[in-house]
Amino acid sequence: MQDRRRITVVGRRDLMLTAGAAAVLMSALRSGARAQDKPLGVGLEEAMKKVLGDAKPTEGKIQIEIPEIAENGNTVPFSVSVDSPMTETEHVKALHIFAGGNPIAGIGSFHFTPASGKAAVASRMRLARSQDVVALAEMSDGRFIVGRRTVKVTIGGCGG
Amino acid sequence: MKPRIKLPEAIKVGDVIEIKTLISHVMETGQRKDKDGNTVPRDIIAEFTATFAGTQVFRAALQPGISANPYIAFHMRVVGAGDLILAWKDDAGKTTTETVPITVAG
Repeated sequence: MQDRRRITVVGRRDLMLTAGAAAVLMSALRSGARAQDKPLGVGLEEAMKKVLGDAKPTEGKIQIEIPEIAENGNTVPFSVSVDSPMTETEHVKALHIFAGGNPIAGIGSFHFTPASGKAAVASRMRLARSQDVVALAEMSDGRFIVGRRTVKVTIGGCGG
Repeated sequence: MKPRIKLPEAIKVGDVIEIKTLISHVMETGQRKDKDGNTVPRDIIAEFTATFAGTQVFRAALQPGISANPYIAFHMRVVGAGDLILAWKDDAGKTTTETVPITVAG
């Protein structure tokens, strides 16, 4: 019970902070629209290329949990995981998350070791508008697996 | 402010446990302009690490697309009792470190 109450308090405060963050994202988007011939940040392909190098990812089993409809683009909860024995010889080295519709496509890279026990991460991301969220799993044998989920963003799109 | 960390209540050797963390941070994107039109410099937690007994358990390299007051949850295979060291490092050069004692039942 106590835990549940504590989580609620965090949620409420997050919501207040989110209002401020909404303004942040709005202005980021506006400046992005203004500088169309001078793109801000890094695009999806470029960001993925940095991780992939010359490797070609295959479509595969990546579990991506993210709301289909995100009411608030400033804080969209997500979790990504890949089934793996997580041994020295066979484990997931990293999960790389991208949102190509954002001013900066890279969201984060999450690195695992056999000591992780499970290749899973949960966090919250900013989404500027409705778009595909892409997850790239980097395996210990050098293979890459790709997965994606479409998220419709209600607020935070700023007309996008 | 002190980060919040949540572990399962009962931990046994061999368990793979989830560790939930939450820290207060503005996560300034570096894309925003102030009222005078000057870009507000980026200040995000760019790196989060979790280390147990000298072994890296998890590392996150974060971008401005992570929401303010970042929540990060990850897993760890419990090999025994000991201290889990968590560290959040931001662009301003500030590092927040927390030592989480892991106690095992039995």
